[in-house]
Amino acid sequence: MNTLIAIIGLGILCLILEIFDARKAIIPIVVIGLLAVLGLDITEFNSPNAYYNNMIIVGKFSSAFSALFIILTIFLVSLGHKFYENHQTKISDFVAIKIFLLAGAVAMVSFGNLAMFFLGIEVLSIALYVLASSNRLSIKSNEAGLKYFLMGSFASGIILFGICLIYGAMGSFDVTEISELSRSAELPIWFPIGIVLVFIGMLFKIAAVPFHFWAPDVYEGSPALTTALMSTLAKVVAIATLYKLVKTMNADISPSFQLIIVIISIASMTVGNIMALRQVNVKRMLAFSGISHAGFMLMTLLSTVKSSGTLLYYTSAYALAGIAAFSVILYVCKTKENEDITNFQGLGKNNPLMAAILTASLLSMAGIPIFSGFFAKLFLFNQTIQAGFIALVIVAVINSIISVGYYFKLILAMYTKEPNEAKIPTPAVIYAVAVISIVLNIALGLFPSFVLDLLG
Amino acid sequence: MNVSVLLIILLVGSFATYFAGDKLASKVALLFSLFALGTSIALLNIYNAGENISCFKFWINNPSISYSLTADGLSLIMLLLTTALTPLIIYSSFGNEYKNAKSFYALILFMAFAMSGTFLASDGLLYYIFWELSLIPIYFIALIWGNGDTEERKKAVVKFFIYTLAGSLFMLIAFVYLYQKAGSFLIQDLYKLELSRMEQFWIFWAFFLAYAIKIPIIPFHTWQAKVYQKAPTVGTMLLSGIMLKMGLYSVLRWQLPLTPIAARTYLPILIGFGIAGVIYGSIVALRQKDLKKLLAYSSLAHVGLIAAGAYTLTIDSLRGAVLQMIAHGFVVVGLFFAAEIVYRRYETRVIADMGGIRTQAPKFASMFMILVLASVALPTTFNFVGEFTVLYSLSQINLWFALLGGTTIILGAYYMLKMYQQVMLGETNAKVFADVTFHETLVLVIIIAVLFFFGLYPRPINELITPCLDQILRTINKIQ
Repeated sequence: MNTLIAIIGLGILCLILEIFDARKAIIPIVVIGLLAVLGLDITEFNSPNAYYNNMIIVGKFSSAFSALFIILTIFLVSLGHKFYENHQTKISDFVAIKIFLLAGAVAMVSFGNLAMFFLGIEVLSIALYVLASSNRLSIKSNEAGLKYFLMGSFASGIILFGICLIYGAMGSFDVTEISELSRSAELPIWFPIGIVLVFIGMLFKIAAVPFHFWAPDVYEGSPALTTALMSTLAKVVAIATLYKLVKTMNADISPSFQLIIVIISIASMTVGNIMALRQVNVKRMLAFSGISHAGFMLMTLLSTVKSSGTLLYYTSAYALAGIAAFSVILYVCKTKENEDITNFQGLGKNNPLMAAILTASLLSMAGIPIFSGFFAKLFLFNQTIQAGFIALVIVAVINSIISVGYYFKLILAMYTKEPNEAKIPTPAVIYAVAVISIVLNIALGLFPSFVLDLLG
Repeated sequence: MNVSVLLIILLVGSFATYFAGDKLASKVALLFSLFALGTSIALLNIYNAGENISCFKFWINNPSISYSLTADGLSLIMLLLTTALTPLIIYSSFGNEYKNAKSFYALILFMAFAMSGTFLASDGLLYYIFWELSLIPIYFIALIWGNGDTEERKKAVVKFFIYTLAGSLFMLIAFVYLYQKAGSFLIQDLYKLELSRMEQFWIFWAFFLAYAIKIPIIPFHTWQAKVYQKAPTVGTMLLSGIMLKMGLYSVLRWQLPLTPIAARTYLPILIGFGIAGVIYGSIVALRQKDLKKLLAYSSLAHVGLIAAGAYTLTIDSLRGAVLQMIAHGFVVVGLFFAAEIVYRRYETRVIADMGGIRTQAPKFASMFMILVLASVALPTTFNFVGEFTVLYSLSQINLWFALLGGTTIILGAYYMLKMYQQVMLGETNAKVFADVTFHETLVLVIIIAVLFFFGLYPRPINELITPCLDQILRTINKIQ
């Protein structure tokens, strides 16, 4: 709770700083502020508590995921330092929106009441709509923002409708109460319908097949930094929330619901991977790769009792690799019009460190050992086989093989082609973010127990 | 001292090489690889003195994965092969100039590190990690420093990577499944499992995919010739000399003891696969016009025979397979180096463009001849000991297997001698061929010395590996 208040306070501070014309100081102050918030969040880890009649429930799950969100936001805000060079006047808006987005994210994982859950979603989504169209002179960014807004508000509407049906059936918004009532023998038909609607809305937010159509266009059109945010932070938030929702609302999932999850998971992995193979734009490619990763993450819903640690590990590994990859993309495509693979040609010669970082992050996403992406997949497969879904694991493995195909397309371009142009100087911030995030990724791979056992 | 020292030396060596800069990289790499060789000989002595050189530390609690390295005779001999070939391979590259040499040599040492880890690991998952890790350096070595057309090379190398990764991911599923049964990845716990026939069937084929692609066994060999041809010679040596032995070693260490019933059920089929490789490799090698490709197919034939030996499941056949693994490692490195020596002077690998070298370079001609004869298993060479033991044990199972497998020697002699004739003999070539330099001689002489020494006196290796193979065989026969 204190974390949430502190984050909102930081956002307001950010807006006030603009009044005092301290734009240059905004990013350093915000980064320091977020580090302080991270400390605050960690102190809350071992003291579960409920606030405002169970509106907000802070526990291990919510503070662990909040910590991950805050770390990701620190990276994303630091990257903004160079990204908004040409929009110095608006920098406080951009940063403040990201902090409010973080507030929405934290609210989403610490909800105890469906009203709070919906508030969190809306705060997060509205911030994202704005960021998607934040490059207002670019027609593509406008298109992305509008598309995302239209599709996103539909999804929000569906979620809201689902919540209303659940309320109609149970007479309460409180999640624990609903969960207890749902164990009774007779359930009104509205309850399952409501659950399904909320589930569909959340699948839209995490871009799982068949609710994924918005993702590639929005990812491609949005400014690169926003894409980085969407593919790391926003995706992780949505899947964590969905997980918490499923876990608290129906603790013992019925076989038919499991079957639906298996089908959606397989469809997401397969469609995402096969479509990614054909992309030439790196942002689009990562959008489809994100869809397939959503399919992997959905597998944790099959054994909600024990898999929260696995989900935290998978999301951390995925998001850290994503941050590292996007910082290289930001560096390479800063002066380019688009993010085509051809722009990456010869990076291995021009800037070996950046090429190595991008290679490492792609290898992590592909699940090659020693990078945490491998352990994430291993723990996930282990859990899923334990839950008895060996066929799903085999499909997932086949998908991992397919994914190597497109990740390596980028690696090949970096190392086997001659550079198109001379080396461009790299801002130190981008180096720092890329190196730290990939080092964290590898450290997670070497010491997986640290994160994995956090949620026991 | 325990075996992790060796891994640390190689890993540190890899980083030191990278930071030594382009000029010093090759020398630093050679120094560290020699140091690693010294260490593994020292480890061998400690092991022979009866001390424990294994290493065990907990790593991840849940799922329980430990950093567990066990050295027994089989691991040690593979370790010696790796650490003996690595300095030879590095030294053999001294005549060449490589762009970005620091990364090149660092990757070689890193690969040696990963391969040594594979031979040592006794925790299934640790083993898998090393197994996969060894794939990354060779991918970059072949991709960046390879030769020939870039597009073609890219295709070949990516195919290789995806093939091997695909195979090993099925092995990963098998390991995860075994973990569910045993609650541990440790090899001794996995050995104790009593799996049903059906489970063994699935696990056997999952492992088989991984190993058959790596070794390669027909029909999973399609990546091999192209990659051998396109990779730089150093990469080809690493691949054929050491890396494919990882697959064969794993068959002995993991696949057979874990799934004995399946292994016995499929014994004729597996030997058939191996022998098919022998015949196919030999016949295709006959028609090759590219020297490196010819050697690649000849390697396919020899490895087919080793695989057949490994799957025969008698003590003699296992021993023969291991001996032949070592012998093949040395001879194949020597042969590829000879091809490289010719390439350095003629800048071609097409056999038709060569010829008449013998008159210009008698020293090279005689050493090459010895290597060629060794590769066709001439008595008194190491390869003879290995191939003969394997063929003998094949004949115990069925005479036909031995007869068909024996074609490796007959056909091998034919295509290798024909190749030698076309490359070395004939009229004096118009192009000048300078005789071998000192360090080229040194590499070839060391290889030839090893081949003859163990050809005449294979007992030390026999004594080292027999107890360990005995134990593996006992595990296989335990569960009837």
